[in-house]
Amino acid sequence: MSAASPTGFVSDWDQDGLDTDEMVVNMGPQHPATHGVLRVELRTDGEVVRAARPHIGYLHRCFEKHCENVDYPGVMPYADRMDYCAAMGNTLGFALTVEKLCSIEVSPYVQTVRVIMAELQRIASHTIAVGTYTMDIGAFTPFLHLIRDREKILDLFEWTCGARLLYNYNWVGGVSHDLPDGFVRATRDFLREFEAVTFPELLDLIIHNRIFVRRLSHVGVCSPELAISYDLTGPNLRGSGIARDLRKDFPYSGYESYDFDVCVGTGQYGPKGSCFDRNWVRVVEMRESAKILHQALDRLEKMEKADVHEKVPKRVKPPKGEIYFRSEAPRGQLGYYLVSDGNINPYRLKVKSPCFTAMSVFHHLAKGMLIADVIALIGSLDIVLGEIDR
Amino acid sequence: MDAAAIHAALVQRFGERITGASLDAGSPFAIVATDAIAEVAAFCKADPALALDNLMCLSAVDYPKETPPRMEVVYHLFSYRHLHSFALKLHVPRESPAVPTVEGVWGVANWHEREAWDLFGIVFTGHSDMRRILLPDDWEGHPLRKDWQDPEYYNGLHVKPTPQMMERALAGETIGVGPFDFTPDNKHVEEP
Amino acid sequence: MSGPEPVRGLIQNRFEDGLIVTSADQLINWSRKNSIWFMQFGLACCAIEMMATGASRYDTERFGIMPRGSPRQADLMIVAGTATLKMATRIKRLYEQMAEPKYVLSMGSCANNGGPYWRYGYHVLKGVDEVIPVDIYVPGCPPRPEALLYGLLKLQEKIQEDRVLRKRGLTVGSLAGATLDGSADMPRPAGKR
Repeated sequence: MSAASPTGFVSDWDQDGLDTDEMVVNMGPQHPATHGVLRVELRTDGEVVRAARPHIGYLHRCFEKHCENVDYPGVMPYADRMDYCAAMGNTLGFALTVEKLCSIEVSPYVQTVRVIMAELQRIASHTIAVGTYTMDIGAFTPFLHLIRDREKILDLFEWTCGARLLYNYNWVGGVSHDLPDGFVRATRDFLREFEAVTFPELLDLIIHNRIFVRRLSHVGVCSPELAISYDLTGPNLRGSGIARDLRKDFPYSGYESYDFDVCVGTGQYGPKGSCFDRNWVRVVEMRESAKILHQALDRLEKMEKADVHEKVPKRVKPPKGEIYFRSEAPRGQLGYYLVSDGNINPYRLKVKSPCFTAMSVFHHLAKGMLIADVIALIGSLDIVLGEIDR
Repeated sequence: MDAAAIHAALVQRFGERITGASLDAGSPFAIVATDAIAEVAAFCKADPALALDNLMCLSAVDYPKETPPRMEVVYHLFSYRHLHSFALKLHVPRESPAVPTVEGVWGVANWHEREAWDLFGIVFTGHSDMRRILLPDDWEGHPLRKDWQDPEYYNGLHVKPTPQMMERALAGETIGVGPFDFTPDNKHVEEP
Repeated sequence: MSGPEPVRGLIQNRFEDGLIVTSADQLINWSRKNSIWFMQFGLACCAIEMMATGASRYDTERFGIMPRGSPRQADLMIVAGTATLKMATRIKRLYEQMAEPKYVLSMGSCANNGGPYWRYGYHVLKGVDEVIPVDIYVPGCPPRPEALLYGLLKLQEKIQEDRVLRKRGLTVGSLAGATLDGSADMPRPAGKR
């Protein structure tokens, strides 16, 4: 209100209802915390976001055009490079899609090897997700600890197939390299360290850390209806309390014979579906993956070795037809819609990437948040731009 | 509900606006008349027996060599309540294709339809934000159509691979012939 | 004279510790090369390997190489990943925002020449050297962390050979390049006095 003044003078500093303006702030495409080349335009009123508009496409590498011009085994390296943090999941999905269309059944040995690789990759991918997320929030040390453990998994992958990050491992009809001697023992060593040291440390230092909890437990709450409508899948969907996992509902590659739980966000520290819940699901999924790995390794030891190239066709030529197949990648449901016209090149391969649909809900959740919470939201959706843009 | 039952429910409600079906394909689908898709989508979501509340994927496919030449828009639907899935297809002409939007039914269709516009040129009428999503705003053309030709330049940047690389690859040059190291000797270390 | 070998000096391996006799250029280059701060410009898969190179096992900070978020604070731009046409203008702008002296390391085959997307990639920039000048190319898809470290060490050698105070060619009025028999081993720039 105007200060009482003998002359009745009212300075405009004292007036209520200041004429404020909204500011458009640009985040990215080069930004240390956007998990890739993502540009977000924020319309902010001070520190509060009134509207957010994500811009993608800075990593559009024409994957679908390449698929129409190379043959089916040639699609594998490109499929690796979509979600580069979880390459085993992408190639597994594509291999299963083509195998379903061609009606190829792989041996139980190959199925077990694929499950082992997929679950190791799930742990590695969630490690990066949680590690970089805590780095975005402000804690640098968990990143270093988790990368140290991820390097052990990458050592196992490198020992098997020669590559650290992009493996071209799952082929149509088999896998590229058989497991080396001693792999089971090395994986058990890794799991022993993981379950004894890394996982309890992660829970104590970060997940149940009061600062982490209070930072995230009321941020970015996504209701189940919104999650289904915007096709959130994987840990994002399970964080909102919906217990759906493709490995249980529509199992593939032998997953029906493994005993594991579906991890769901329970809203233990705040409303269900917050950033904390999505992160919690990822962390607990690492433990479930370790459980599956133990069972798979036990099974592998009892099985006799089979030829991993036994069912790999000389020339992959699926019959004319189309199929839509989904698999549970670490970031959600990865769907491949494959149209084949009987040639050696796919006619059309459309990929439904889980991060693409996760990003589509972003503008809805970001309204009314603080700018720092926008960073927390992006990280909790665990996006990889290679998959969004293909 | 299996595919035949879902198809029967749709035909019972919409009659001849369901113009075809293929129920024993890898992913069973029904072909819907283009102008009816918004109502069919709303029915699929709202009907308690179908409850197809999730749009798994919206794809566009270009078939220039079919008779008649057409593009297809394929909707893969899933129900979280009943755990069944079904697909709907639209046949649209290749010249100025236009389809009613379904973004009011499934929120994720907003981005899927933008991508179909961007890469194929299919206009979704009634869409709140029909603009390119993956390619730059000043890009010309729709690349995933089968008749796409790479332009020479985009704003001064080469789009086609440079002739040198193309010639070398097509002439059969193999890569990975061995390490070359043109590094000069390190001048700052005394010889022992 | 008998006795233990004297400890070689710091920069030029001559004289003793504690006494450095060197040229200003060598000193400047030495201090620059041991403190390269790079701008995190991770675009795609190579970014994960760049992060792994900076993380616990293959540490870059022991070389003084540290990631910075902003181009204003960086000496080096590691272009890690595929450059697309949409991103090309932003790459150029970020390069221009860096302060001199600045270097560019192109990491991975996508940044070198378009990589695996060279043939049918209508939206892929066929090499980041279409928009910015590149100093070091590190091949690989993705390059191993050891390969990236090798590239960074090569960059350090390149920086050591920079001419900061000594300019190329003859300086006006100097005896540089003059020989006793009157023939210069470097041509005089025409018209310069």
